[in-house]
Formats: sequence, C-alpha cells, structure tokens
Amino acid sequence: MAVRTLTINEKLVSAPEGATILQAARENGIDIPTLCQLDGLSTVGACRLCLVEVGPSGRLQAACVTQVAEEMVVRTETPKLREYRKMIIELLLTERNHVCAVCVANHHCELQDLAVKLGVDHVRFEYLHPHLAVDVSHELFGIDHNRCVLCTRCVRICDEIEGVHTWDVSGRGTNARIISDLNQPWGESPTCTSCGKCVQACPTGAIFRQGSTVAEMEKDRQRLRFLLTAREKREWLV
Amino acid sequence: MDLHELNDIAADQRAAQKPCVIRCCMAAGCQSAGSVAVLKALQQAVTEAGKQNTVEVRSVGCLRLCCQGPLVQTDPDQRMFQKVRPEQAPSLVSTLDGRTTDAEPCDPNAPFFALQANVVLVNSGRIDPEQIEHYIAADGYAALARALTEMTPQDVVEAVTRSGLRGRGGAGYPTGVKWSLVARSKGDRKYVVCNADEGDPGAFMNRSVLESDPHSVLEGMAIAGYAVGASQGYIYIRGEYPLATQRLQTAIRQAGRLRLLGTHILNTAFDFRIDIRIGAGAFVCGEETALMASIMGERGTPRPRPPYPAESGLWGCPTLINNVETFANIPQIIRRGPEWFASIGTPKSTGTKVFALTGKVRNTGLVEVPLGTPLRVLVEDIGGGSPSGKIKAVQTGGPSGGCVPAHLLDTPVDYESLAAVGSIMGSGGLIVMDEANNMVDVARFFMGFCMDESCGKCIPCRAGTVQLHRLLTRILDRKATRRDLAVLEQLCGMVKETSLCGLGQTAPNPVLSTLRHFRHEYEALLRDE
Repeated sequence: MAVRTLTINEKLVSAPEGATILQAARENGIDIPTLCQLDGLSTVGACRLCLVEVGPSGRLQAACVTQVAEEMVVRTETPKLREYRKMIIELLLTERNHVCAVCVANHHCELQDLAVKLGVDHVRFEYLHPHLAVDVSHELFGIDHNRCVLCTRCVRICDEIEGVHTWDVSGRGTNARIISDLNQPWGESPTCTSCGKCVQACPTGAIFRQGSTVAEMEKDRQRLRFLLTAREKREWLV
Repeated sequence: MDLHELNDIAADQRAAQKPCVIRCCMAAGCQSAGSVAVLKALQQAVTEAGKQNTVEVRSVGCLRLCCQGPLVQTDPDQRMFQKVRPEQAPSLVSTLDGRTTDAEPCDPNAPFFALQANVVLVNSGRIDPEQIEHYIAADGYAALARALTEMTPQDVVEAVTRSGLRGRGGAGYPTGVKWSLVARSKGDRKYVVCNADEGDPGAFMNRSVLESDPHSVLEGMAIAGYAVGASQGYIYIRGEYPLATQRLQTAIRQAGRLRLLGTHILNTAFDFRIDIRIGAGAFVCGEETALMASIMGERGTPRPRPPYPAESGLWGCPTLINNVETFANIPQIIRRGPEWFASIGTPKSTGTKVFALTGKVRNTGLVEVPLGTPLRVLVEDIGGGSPSGKIKAVQTGGPSGGCVPAHLLDTPVDYESLAAVGSIMGSGGLIVMDEANNMVDVARFFMGFCMDESCGKCIPCRAGTVQLHRLLTRILDRKATRRDLAVLEQLCGMVKETSLCGLGQTAPNPVLSTLRHFRHEYEALLRDE
C-alpha cells in the first residue's frame, strides 16, 4: 500500500494512501476534537469541530473527510481553530436545553467533555430555550430532543450497522428533528428492533435507557417504616 | 429526423409565416397581470376582423418590461403596448390597418430595450415556446446537428473553452474546464444535470428563459451530453415554477417526437434522454451536492467536496452540472462560433448576463447586457433610476451576495469587479435600494432567509444563522452594544469559514458587505454600554 508523508503540527508523519487527516493524526497521538464522527460509521463532516488548517493558505478542511496527500501541511491547533471550536460548542449549548445538572448523561457526555476540554467558560450567544418534546413511548428507551445535537450518529448506526433505518431527520435548519420511521412515536415504530445501538452511539443524553434519568428516581418510603420497627421493637418484618 | 428534414421543417415554418404577427407575452409575470384574457381577446378580435389568414396572434415568452404587463408587440410595424386590457384588443388589431388605439404605447426604442443585448434571450418574446417548429425556424437544433455531424466531442469542449463562457449560476467557474473534467472522467455512465432550482429572492432569470425558450436549454444539454459522453440528462427545477415545468415537459415531448432527443438523434449513434425532477421547496437544493441527493431520492442536504460531481456525482458517476443560462448559451456558441461569443463582454468575463431587475427602480423586468456593462447603466439608464430620485445601493447575488453602494455604481458588471467591491455576480438577481431602505434591515432580511433555508446539517450554518439573525434584530431594536457588534463580526467570520456548503459559507456576505459600506448605519443603532 502506498504511503503518504505529511506534516501535522510541524511533525512529519506517514499514513497509508486513502487515510483521512483524522486517522493520520490519531495514529500519531495528535488529538483533534470530533463530535459527529464515530469509528465504524460513515463520515458526514457535519459538526465542523475537526476542521484543521491545510496548506500555506490555511484553508479550513474537515479532518474526518479529507484524505492525506503527499507533502500536505496540516495545523490542528491554532488560535483561530481554538476560537472557532469554542464558538461551535457555544452555538450548540445555546441552541437547545443542555442543562447538565439534571441530565442523564452528566459526566458521561461528549458535549460536556468538549466544552471542558476546549475551555468554554462562558457563552457569548443568547440562549434560545426552545420547547422540545421528550418521547418515552418505547418500553426500554427514550429520546429527549432538548439534548440532541443533530450529529446523526443514531441515524447512521441504525442504518449502517443494525440495517434498519428507524431513525432519520425531518425538517430543516434549527427546526430539524430526529424522527423514528414516519415521524411516529418511537414506541409505535414497526421497524425498531430495540437493539439499543443508538443509545450507545448518542454522544449526549438525548437517547437514553429508561429508568436512568433524574426524574425517574423512585424512593421506597415503606422501607423507612421497616427500619423504624426493627430498631424500636427489635422486630424484623421480612 | 436528419439534417434535411430539420431544414425542411424550418423552411415550411418560415413559408407558413403570416405577414403580420401580434405577440402577447404569456410568461408568468404577464399571465399574473391578466395576459391570458388579453391573448383570447386578441384572437377573437382577429377572427372578428376577418384577418385570420394574414394575422397570427402568438403566445410568446418574456417581453422583458415585466412591471408594465401585460405586454403586446406587433410585427411588422414593431410597435409595443403595455398594460393592455382585453377590451382594447379590437382597436389594437386595427392598428395594423393604420388606425389608432387607446392601448398604452410602449417605446421599443427606449433605453430599457435599446441598451440590451440579445444572446440568451434572442428568442424570448419572439417565438412561441410551446411550438418546436418556431424554435427550429429560428435556427434551433442547428447547433446540435452541427456538433453531431461536423464536430468530435473534443471539438465541442474546445469550442466552449475558447468561448470563455463561465458558469452563470453565480460562481463563474469556466464552463469549458468543467466540461473537459467530466469528459476525461472514466465511467460507462455519465450524467448531465441542469440546475433550474433558482431560489434567490427577487430572481427570475432562469424561470423566464425556461418559460420563453425551453428548447435552447434542451439543445444546450444535448450538446453537453455529446461533448462529455453522457446519455442521460436531468433538469432539476423548483416546484414553484409550474409554468416553466409544463413548457419544459411540452418541449421534451416535442423534441422526442422529432428524434431530437432520445435514441439515434439526427440519425447518428448519439442517444440522449432528458427527464425532469421537481424540487420540493428547499433553497439548499440549488447547491450541487444537495441537488444530486434530491435527484437520487434522498434528503436534500449537501456533502463535503471532494469528490466533485465531475468525478463522482449522481449514483457515483461523473456528472456535469450547469445552470439554465449556461446551457442556453451553448447552441449559439456552437452555431455562431466561440470567437463571436468571446467578442462580447470583457476578456475575462465573456458573453452576456441576464439580470432580474427589481426593487426601487422605475423599470423592473428581465434585462440582458454584455458583461462589463457598468452597474450605473443597468440601474439608471435601463432601469430608469429610482422613483424617489436617489439610489442608495444595488444588491447583487441574493442571499450569497452583497450591496454595492451608490458611489461605486460605475463598477463594471463582471465576476472580478463585483468581487472586488465585496459582492458577487451571483445568478442574476439585482435589487435596487433607495434611501428608505435601512441596510441593517436588508442584512437581516437575507439572514432570515438563510436561517429558514439552512438544511440543518452543519452546526455553524444551522445555529450560527439563528444567532446572527438575533444579533441583527437586537441592533435594529436598539438594544445592542458595541460588544454585540463585535460578536456579530466574529460570528460572521466563523460561519463563513467553517460552514459545510456554499449556503452557509456565503450567508454572512450581506452582513459583511453592508458592514463594509454602511457601517455607520449599524453604529447609529447601538446603545451605550
């Protein structure tokens, strides 16, 4: 296989022909932030977080879809890129309702991790606070559109790995929504195999396993009585 | 059908020509002003006057001065009438006998008409777009015949390259280079696509060409198919153009019947079929990769390039995509020669360009001028200036373009000059603005358009246009501070540089160009911090 030699961040690296800049960078321990990219799925170049500066003109290109070329010069960390990546995260945080404290994915969220890693310590845009639906009609899973970043990883994993294509996108622009089948409740989907791949693929708390969300915490107050009885009357009821 | 039969049709059509013709504009603009009733009344008046054998009442395409429709033109005396009402038909017919009419005359020698060129629109308003014989009599399909019988595909590509023609969709990529890329691409199947998804607000150039002279586009596409080695063409037309779609369907059917499309065209081994694909109301489908996705039955969203369509387009095959107006230029380049075409316009921007002139200007309508014509000629001489007296700016290129301020009106209309003043040629929308237009409001209008039309795939365009629209609204509401203006500029730069496709990459242009030339209007609306 032909090998291409290129420079990433002043470092000479080699990568097989046909590899993407992202693959070449990762092979060499250079981290480029990504969100819509997921190994094993097709690449769409949609989140724009993996943009890197290419060539002397510094043209921005998505590392996940741009193939390496001989003598290519790539910069993955420049002040401009850092600023643009921060702005992308800020745009996502303002677009829907990303309230980490009450999110099922708190501390297990790629959006949150990116915000921390990229140093998003404040948001310069106005929060839009849209009113969005939560669909918990499926017996095992739920989808909360307030947390969705429209990365389409669920759409692709369902189509390309599970081979079902339950998920797709309806509407456009900021009104775009992930929908199941013909925009019907997930629980009524005739195609969903309940495989749960989308739950794993979702980078945020948008698609989750039921019973894991904050509001679903159920307490068994009866237990307190048992404890009291046991202590006062030294009597175990069970 | 062979060359002789084609010539016979042309000769028969010319021989059958009646001495007098009354042309009634039946393009969408005049139809909405009531030209259907006028056409009927004219036909009836001719019959009642007993002149059926000497006078033809012809339904034609755009007569250009759309603001004065319905328009009627008479031959051989070359008179024109505007705002014609059906009851004026009898007296209008009587003018052929030298009588007077109360129909409002329109001077065909006025600057609006006299300063225009006639290349793309040569048949517009002359022939009946629903009669293929009319087109053939006007030398139609002669270029295709010449290409197929006298030229190799390489000759055709060479001719288009020599003509200097550049893409009329807006970006101005050299058409010959694009054709040679597709011609050189390896593949058993190749496609030719005509982009008729015209969507810029206020733009109607492509619609007018398709309504007025659909065969010129079909012929251009067939020549392209021969040049690049494709046997299937698609016209992707927006769903909001029912009349243009219907005329295209008629034209395709007629051309197929005469074997000018289909198999063994003009008795040669060349096969070429054209099908129509109708859009469903998404502006982004004018972007070539989204357009192809839509043709293939997928959601109309763009994808990153490369691969470019020339290499991997429809169903992974090499695909040539050109705009309606680009294809409409092709037959004449082949028939009259690339040197003739290159002699029009400027050395780097050859030929003519069709504009849809609208806004605060006296004469609105369809305008064709040689490239290099100063904007001033377009808006002040052809357009007749602004009714309010003072033009403030001219917007070109729609939501991807920019505003050219009045003091730069001497800028020649060509790809490089418009780019140098912060605008673009674009597909041909030309909106004139006067002092009543607030430029921040203009920028917000276009941003609102981009926000509504963003497909939602990439974050900068989807969420960035929403925030840009909010910031512009804040400024207009006098709630913004200098800091907001700084954020606006930062975000414009980011959306422009990071968006996935042309829609997002150019969405900040109306803001950037108004900031460049009318910054004081923004600053006047700011409040103190």
